[in-house]
Amino acid sequence: MSSDLDVFVGNTTLIDEEVYRLWLDGHSVAEAVARRLRGGVLEREGTSVAVLQSDTRDHYRTFQMLERLLHAPPRLLQQLLFQIPPERQALLVQRYYAFDEALARELLGKKLSKGTKKELDEVSARTGVGIRSCRRQFDNFKRVFKAVEELRGPLAENIQQLFLLPPALARDYAAIVFFANSRFETGKRRLQFLSFGDFAACAQSMMAHWSQGALAPEAAEPDGDLPKSFLQDLKELKVLVSDKDLLDQHKRDTSGMGVPVLGGPGFGGSLGGGVPALSRALVNVGGKLTHARDVRDFFVDLVEKVIEPCRSDKWSPGDLRLFLTHYTAAPRNLPGFRHQALWERYMAAISACLLRMYHD
Amino acid sequence: MPGKLKVKIVAGRHLPVMDRASDLTDAFVEVKFGNTTFKTDVYPKSLNPQWNSEWFKFEVDDEELQDEPLQITVLDHDTYSANDAIGKVYIDIDPLLYSEAATVISGWFPIYDTIHGIRGEINVVVKVDLFNDLNRFRQSSCGVKFFCTTSIPKCYRAVVIHGFVEELVVNEDPEYQWIDRIRTPRASNEARQRLISLMSGELQRKIGLKVLEMRGNAVVGYLQCFDLEGESGLVVRAIGTACTLDKLSNTSAFLPACNSPSKEMKESPLVHAPSHGCRSTHNSPIHTATGSRLTQNFSVSVPTLIYTGMGSGSAGKEGGPFKTLLRQQTQSALEQRGGSPRRFCARREFPFFTLTTFPPGFLLHVGGVVSARSVKLLDRIHNPDEPETRDAWWAEIRQEIKSHAKALGCHAVVGYSESTSICEEVCILSASGTAAVLNPRFLQDGTMEGCLEQRIEEASPPGCGFCHIPYDELNMPFPAHLTYCYNCRKQKVPDVLFTTIDLPVEAIVVGKGCLIQARLCRLKKKAQAEANATSISNLLPFMEYEVHTQLMNKLKLRGMNALFGLRIQITVGENMLMGLASATGVYLAALPTPGGIQIAGKTPNDGTYEQHISHMQKKINDTIAKNKELYEINPPELPEEIIGSPIPEPRQRSRLLRSQSESSDEVTELDLSHGKKDAFVLEIDDTDAMEDVHSLLTDVPPPSGFYSCNTEIMPGINNWTPEIQMFTAVRVSRLSNINPTNQTLNKNFNDLCENLLKSLYFKLRSMVPCCLCHVNFTVALPEDELVQIAVTAVAITYDKNQALQANKAPTEKSQQRASTDNEEQLQFPLELSSDPLSSQPFSPAKEALEGASSHTGIPAAQRATSVDYSSFADRCNSWIELIKLKAQTIRRGSIKTTTSLEKASPLAEGYLRHRSVPSGTNSTVSVVKMTPLSFLPGAKITKYLGIINMFFIRETTSLREEGGVSGFLHAFIAEVFAMVRAHVAALGGNAVVSYIMKQCVFMENPNKNQAQCLINVSGDAVIFVRESELEVLPAPPPAAAAQPAGSAGDVTT
Repeated sequence: MSSDLDVFVGNTTLIDEEVYRLWLDGHSVAEAVARRLRGGVLEREGTSVAVLQSDTRDHYRTFQMLERLLHAPPRLLQQLLFQIPPERQALLVQRYYAFDEALARELLGKKLSKGTKKELDEVSARTGVGIRSCRRQFDNFKRVFKAVEELRGPLAENIQQLFLLPPALARDYAAIVFFANSRFETGKRRLQFLSFGDFAACAQSMMAHWSQGALAPEAAEPDGDLPKSFLQDLKELKVLVSDKDLLDQHKRDTSGMGVPVLGGPGFGGSLGGGVPALSRALVNVGGKLTHARDVRDFFVDLVEKVIEPCRSDKWSPGDLRLFLTHYTAAPRNLPGFRHQALWERYMAAISACLLRMYHD
Repeated sequence: MPGKLKVKIVAGRHLPVMDRASDLTDAFVEVKFGNTTFKTDVYPKSLNPQWNSEWFKFEVDDEELQDEPLQITVLDHDTYSANDAIGKVYIDIDPLLYSEAATVISGWFPIYDTIHGIRGEINVVVKVDLFNDLNRFRQSSCGVKFFCTTSIPKCYRAVVIHGFVEELVVNEDPEYQWIDRIRTPRASNEARQRLISLMSGELQRKIGLKVLEMRGNAVVGYLQCFDLEGESGLVVRAIGTACTLDKLSNTSAFLPACNSPSKEMKESPLVHAPSHGCRSTHNSPIHTATGSRLTQNFSVSVPTLIYTGMGSGSAGKEGGPFKTLLRQQTQSALEQRGGSPRRFCARREFPFFTLTTFPPGFLLHVGGVVSARSVKLLDRIHNPDEPETRDAWWAEIRQEIKSHAKALGCHAVVGYSESTSICEEVCILSASGTAAVLNPRFLQDGTMEGCLEQRIEEASPPGCGFCHIPYDELNMPFPAHLTYCYNCRKQKVPDVLFTTIDLPVEAIVVGKGCLIQARLCRLKKKAQAEANATSISNLLPFMEYEVHTQLMNKLKLRGMNALFGLRIQITVGENMLMGLASATGVYLAALPTPGGIQIAGKTPNDGTYEQHISHMQKKINDTIAKNKELYEINPPELPEEIIGSPIPEPRQRSRLLRSQSESSDEVTELDLSHGKKDAFVLEIDDTDAMEDVHSLLTDVPPPSGFYSCNTEIMPGINNWTPEIQMFTAVRVSRLSNINPTNQTLNKNFNDLCENLLKSLYFKLRSMVPCCLCHVNFTVALPEDELVQIAVTAVAITYDKNQALQANKAPTEKSQQRASTDNEEQLQFPLELSSDPLSSQPFSPAKEALEGASSHTGIPAAQRATSVDYSSFADRCNSWIELIKLKAQTIRRGSIKTTTSLEKASPLAEGYLRHRSVPSGTNSTVSVVKMTPLSFLPGAKITKYLGIINMFFIRETTSLREEGGVSGFLHAFIAEVFAMVRAHVAALGGNAVVSYIMKQCVFMENPNKNQAQCLINVSGDAVIFVRESELEVLPAPPPAAAAQPAGSAGDVTT
């Protein structure tokens, strides 16, 4: 005797967290049942496999019907079809939009296009995340990206509003959107030591300090794009390296203020004329940001030109922090340097990024 | 010209994309009532149109108001071709027609289409202005209240219970009309939905007229059913119990249905919304204050009003031939004039009551279950206005029931219900109820049959009186074994009692109850017309006999001696009949302890056989012992001498009287006692009997922490906690035997039911300890070999520690004390504060949300990277705050709608901020509870808003794409729930009680990738207030002031 039709509908929609997890991970009903069996539910509840199958199918159907609504979480709150307590709704949304950091790391800076989606097989193999789950997460990234790319205002806040995500998750999504928008290169081998968390933190800093929203909350441009005027202004900073006097003065001030540490072996030694080289690198990174192609190399440049030299000179993170603090502050005393505010805004994000990235 | 209906179309949201090119919709709305149609403007290019229409006004007769549903159709405007229908909303405006119910219908309704299901929502406001009608010969019955609840609704008092009302209307089924050949199934299904809506309205109006004739003002236990007779038409029939109800004034601490004074209605004046329109002008302040009057428009034509006039000095208006019946003694002192005794008006043709729960003292004796079935051949109804044949069929069956009741020495039938099962042109009509003797003091004029006189006796003890036999001991209608009542030792009681009613509150029960089911299949030859009808009616007695035997055996196996809520369903299919009986078994202290079950072999000389028998016997004895432990059945041991007669050898006897009749009207009485045999000896003389014994033992008790029953409340559990989960489960199984026999079919059917129950227990495991209440199975045989079972029930959690009455945790004790303290506090005047309802809908959820925030929020925060977010902190509202805010901005019927969150034009909306979100944009949906019970645990129903009676058809031509049959039905049932909830919310309610799914007809054609389903549901929309909140919230001063009087009155009773 076979059951052709078998449904259970509660006035309050039943959500089984375990089954939801299995569904999100992209398991089929059969796989989910097998996993639940392994979990020992049979022994605990003294029930039968058939019951477990029927239960799993019911939940899967519910989730499939809910998925459409999960694509626009505010609708989940407004819809009348499923009566779900608010805390359960929040859980559904949060779990649905939660992502594997390994996967997100792979996709950072990539264009969220069909082409990328086709490559998900490899990503799945590399990260060990099931292919269905990969696709779902990719679609989430893309959906969030599409929804906020044209919106003005703080990215994370927009995402939080539109997708009702917890703040931390919304900030992570903001980072993903920010990377996808500027198409930063993150796949190079020398960048492999950086985790998703590192990049996300960098994105937060850059948006916090550089974007329009950081200065004027009612600004006209989306947060995901770095403001053009700001990038244009960064060129002015080149004066710090192009003008020999300023460069020397800057170097002197920096080393002068930090005598106790920076006079140590690291600084005087192998780096030699390191401060000018670092200085040039730091300023040039900013100057290049007007060109989209150079923007992509932002992180590569930082690693290549700043982090690696410092590392080979065995600077401790403390050393780097000290250096950056003084280096940022130094131009204050430079005569004729008119871009102090701009410089500090620029360096605030650069310093935050460098400090975050400076690890093995 | 007694009424003006006003409708305003406010807005729509989440409409489907109707224009593929623009991904948008140009929507407009048609509002139709009767033959008048209004249209809104087209709102171009939006999925969230803001029509904000004017008030569309329909000036109509109240007859029309009762019959017609308000039809709202949402369409997509198309310049070049015909406008496309998006979907429809049918609104039953009946709840607006009596002043005590809703005053306005306002809210978001799902737009429903028979093919696509729910397609967005529409916000509608509906009002009715009624004028008084002095015409005595009018055809309308506005003002008569309808309740599905099968007890006197809480917050009302029964002044008179008039008795049985019934009516049926017939029509041709649009699906079988000639036009159906040329129109689409969608058009035909829409025509059916509309027709049934219309017929329900008409039926309700006609029943209302009968109630008015009886001088009642309400119908309780209203049950309306559809018979889809196919070719021969569509029958809508209804039965109910006419009553005169009195809205409880604040002083009434003695409503029979409610138990403690402090739990009594504390109706805030705010709940008594002043009636609107012309009605309010007639409201005298006194009446509003006592809250005990009928609607004004009704009162004009029926001058004999009943009112309590408690302390209001309004007694001058009194008069009329009947009054103040069914009332507690405390009140008679206050009001009864002329000392007229409580009477009960039951002179009707059929002294039937659809109620299953009665005020204490109403039910004197219960005779047993009476049932009647009849097999009919359907023929086309020639004249729909004179549905004589159908009326005659039912009259015949009712007559039979009545005579059965008389044979049991009873003058009334309670817990009465009727049902049909149709297969092709054969129809089985069934009726059943419980023969009973009602308190003559409640009866009017003593017009009941003569048998009454003998029964007028000294008051029986309340705990056992209803068990005492109503019939003459020397002239018993059937062989029965009687003993003296184990409780009072004065009267005779039978050894087992079967009833269709709920367990009376006052009954003394030992241990807990449990769900008992008898399941049965019988093969039948395929046949046509009369041959078919004959073979069915030949089978019926045997089925009844077996169902009865099974019930009896299962009852014994659980060590119990009474069944309540018995419902026997016989379903007819092409090639088989199925019987499913459900009931709740209990151990009544008044009845004798049931004996065990003995099995005897026929060939006693065979050694191995005997061994086998003794093995079985042992198993049965073990099961009985185990069940006794499980259900905590430890009756006090009684020394036999006290009883005066030895505890009798238990013998089976039937308390079921029934008969079958074919169309030829021949009536056969069936003696169900097993002749001279000792019934508890199961003789195993062939394999059939062996199977029977085996099947007895296959019923698995529910897993620990679960109890189940099919009555309102579980006997033996009374400490419910507020969590409830109502659900519907449907299964269709194929009985795929090539050569099915009765045995294999029985086993299959049995497994199907058992597995379904098992699956329910597993689903609801997170609610343990809990009880499945009102478990209602319905069986259908949609096709050859297909069995469909639908279950609707509610799971209610309870406090286990209190239930066990042992090892109470000290905290619980203090909690209990706190709650009793609070109850005591209610005896004193409390300060009046704001509207209790405004703070009501979501607060439990909010608390839960706070709990969730600590759960879900923190891990996410920990996962966050170490960047300093301080710059964001002041800008970002916490996520939890956001959702909370959304939860708080619930505004039912809010006319502000979304502007900023729509994806349609994100650029225009620009910057998203909290403050830019208009209130109402994110209005979360208010929670609506649903339950098949008449109450909500831990809550008090403060207002009945009207009956919900909805009929939907859903069809698909893309079954596979919609997830197959399961996906299709799952979505449909969810949609039905959603539409019920939306209607309740629009009436201002927050729950549906006495919810029932009366019909679920599912048909599929997998080859064509098609399926269709019809669902009919009903219930009572109510407003409830949590008792915990009630304790905090104020009682209005007058109520509080009158409270001591009420409780004092209680003491005297």
